[in-house]
Amino acid sequence: MKVFCNGQEQELTPGARVTDCLNTLGLDPLSVVVECDGKILTREEYASHELQDGSVLELIRFVGGG
Amino acid sequence: MLTIAGRKFRSRLFGGTGKFSSPEVMKEALEASGCEMVTVALRRIDLNNPADDIMSVLDRDRYLFLPNTSGARDAAEAIRLARLARASGGGEWLKLEVTPDPRTLLPDPIETLKATEELVKEGFKVLPYMNADPILALRLQDAGAVAVMPLGSPIGTNQGVLTRFQVEIIISQAQVPVIVDAGLGAPSHVAEAMEMGADAVLVNTAIAVAGDPVRMARAFAMAVEAGRIAYEAGLGAVSKDAAASSPEDGLGFLR
Repeated sequence: MKVFCNGQEQELTPGARVTDCLNTLGLDPLSVVVECDGKILTREEYASHELQDGSVLELIRFVGGG
Repeated sequence: MLTIAGRKFRSRLFGGTGKFSSPEVMKEALEASGCEMVTVALRRIDLNNPADDIMSVLDRDRYLFLPNTSGARDAAEAIRLARLARASGGGEWLKLEVTPDPRTLLPDPIETLKATEELVKEGFKVLPYMNADPILALRLQDAGAVAVMPLGSPIGTNQGVLTRFQVEIIISQAQVPVIVDAGLGAPSHVAEAMEMGADAVLVNTAIAVAGDPVRMARAFAMAVEAGRIAYEAGLGAVSKDAAASSPEDGLGFLR
């Protein structure tokens, strides 16, 4: 199935959870906040939240700023 | 000692983390500044180049992180960023920024007030970045802001405290700490703000882009301290007419 991460298509196996997606992208779950289909997920939800075909994810993190 | 929302700060200089040439320079400059609160921003991860996690560079026991909502153009965007910051482990502290015009980056007062009202309800400790408007400062304070952050001059301009007259009124009226933010480009600018009675200042660009950011951070820290001591010591009155420093008596032998 396909999901969209920060606007880019990402191929994942059906039934993949958010954690699987982050692993595929090489991202540390502790440094990423995930908004999935408009809903902000807590870190505890990453392992259980099942992605759907066409899910839209925003993957956000802290950067330098003033 | 400065207290904001029950938290005590020894340093009255707050630091930004943007525009540094490298994470190492940033870390060393922030250490040299002595600051205990630093701002951070939230952005989409560049999936083609994901290797810059600022949180791994900075010691969270040493610094209180103040996530900002930079980039938000209205209250709704700012609230979304605030919620993401909290979900990211950023805590409840928030520098609220709503800047609809990328040319001036001046804050939208109405959207800032709306967002403050909502985020206070949601339990955030809101420090709104605001134009130096004394009435707005009171409205934000009434809405539950834990501090107000009037601008000295537009973000990143290094022009100093162009808003002196209004900031003085804000300081004289405020029941919450006043943190002068934005445009403070030289140690003399922060000394001026602190001499006026500002509770703290926030500096990012002037330190980050200095020839030697670490030494500049030290210079800013000294200026903040000097300005604060001068304010507490009580400055002499300003007058138009000269007043001799040496005695006027005892000159009879000259003429």
